Amino acid sequence: MIESFFTYEFLQNAALAGLMIGFVAPLLGVFIVVRRLSLIADALSHITLTGIAASLLLEKRVTAINEWNPVYMGMVFSVTGAILIEKLRKVYKHYEELAIPIILSGGIGVGVILISLADGFNTDLFSYLFGSVTAVSRADMSTVLVITLLVLAVVLLFYKELFVLSFDEDHAAVSGVNGKLIHLLFIVMVALVIASAMQIVGILLVSALMTLPVAAALRISKSFKQTIGLSIFFGELSVIVGLITSYQLSVPPGGTIVVTAILILIGAIAYRKVSGQLSLKGETI
Amino acid sequence: MTDNKVLEMDNVSFKYEKETVVKDVSLTIEAGQFFGLVGPNGSGKSTLIKLMLGLLKPTKGSIKLFGSPVRSFKHWEEIGFVSQKANSFNSGFPATVLEVVKTGLISKTGLFRFYNKNDREKAMQALKTVEMEDYFNHNIGELSGGQQQRVFIARALVSDPKFLILDEPTVGVDAKHVADFYQLLHKLNRNEGITLLMVSHDIGTITEHASHVVCMNKTIHFHGESHEYKAFSNEDLSQLYGHPVQQLTHNHGEVDPRD
Repeated sequence: MIESFFTYEFLQNAALAGLMIGFVAPLLGVFIVVRRLSLIADALSHITLTGIAASLLLEKRVTAINEWNPVYMGMVFSVTGAILIEKLRKVYKHYEELAIPIILSGGIGVGVILISLADGFNTDLFSYLFGSVTAVSRADMSTVLVITLLVLAVVLLFYKELFVLSFDEDHAAVSGVNGKLIHLLFIVMVALVIASAMQIVGILLVSALMTLPVAAALRISKSFKQTIGLSIFFGELSVIVGLITSYQLSVPPGGTIVVTAILILIGAIAYRKVSGQLSLKGETI
Repeated sequence: MTDNKVLEMDNVSFKYEKETVVKDVSLTIEAGQFFGLVGPNGSGKSTLIKLMLGLLKPTKGSIKLFGSPVRSFKHWEEIGFVSQKANSFNSGFPATVLEVVKTGLISKTGLFRFYNKNDREKAMQALKTVEMEDYFNHNIGELSGGQQQRVFIARALVSDPKFLILDEPTVGVDAKHVADFYQLLHKLNRNEGITLLMVSHDIGTITEHASHVVCMNKTIHFHGESHEYKAFSNEDLSQLYGHPVQQLTHNHGEVDPRD
């Protein structure tokens, strides 16, 4: 395993990109989950698929753009989708969650049509849906690196604002925080991470990496910073264990990463139960 | 001398679409006063607060905070606000009391800056003022309603405000702790010299404690010192509320027929 890691460049790419995604996806995921926006990641990943499909179709019809990386088109669609969700949330003020199924079904509907037109139901698509260890090129990895740095910068610079907006929007407004701008910036970061995580985890499972580690961390931590730390730790653990088993068993990494994350989640729930009972016993003594 | 005037509202009206919610309100609050703002449900109390905080733009009239128009007011750290909704936050939110209180410093802490050790000290000091310093490391959701309310007051106090606005802060706090709560308010008002404006629908209790009372239902029906207000007859009040009201009973259960 270690030997092949040093021999094959694609394994290094997958591992490094995976580690970066394992860091930023749960980091953004913490803010998504506490704001009860967990499903946004799903909507955005589906519209990313539409972008991929559009790119595959263009590739087929217009030979000049053969060299285009479908991920870029995925990013464009994902970011557009994020902005559309924000607009729709304003149209349906009292049914804000409606924006998510509208974008999700719209994305997959258009996506299916585009994929069929491109005769794209093949192995390529399979790797976008469920992730792949072999599909990550050096260029892809650089893209992930740029996005990781961008997300880290945004979260570090606006940490206070993101926290206060998540906890109490009214208070943020009274304190003069520009909530709209920061929220838009945040949702664009989410869209970028989803599009870039897609190659490793796959479109259908990318939201899992944003929410499952956070769900596990929430069972254990008391403070917000601890929640962030644990979420990232669980995210990285899922990616590492998931990638290794994916390689060993020759199955898509999306499946193994998500299954690992689920196992961690079960562990966290069990831990909370056991430690809760122990502390109850401690009090009665 | 505008120095002494914390809030000046001059002939302020506000309409939500076509419905007038606040009509021709003129109100001046001077430094050191403890104002109670009372009125039935749907009387525009919360809207009035939003107007003074600049969260809503008045349809008519002018509002000044510390002598400067609210739209160009910059020193938000001088205003502390405890909203009605503060207690209805997501109680599963993973944050400690200290993390919540520190957010009160956000208007004082520049963009791209982190809270530092000094900020932590200030937050601990504010927690001490509300006697919650022992809970700094607790998860906010684990506390009782009354304790959470104190934490939100600490959050409002941490930036050393000169004017503290509280929107129905005793809702959801049990009666035993309401007395403690008023004691805390008196301490802030007398010892720290903080000007207070508290919205309440518990007329009996607020008139006991506040130095001044404003009574509104879209427009101001009474404005003056509390002892004068106590002379305001039950008939006048009933007229204002649109149905019979007993002033001295606690009318928590009272429901406005329009709601």
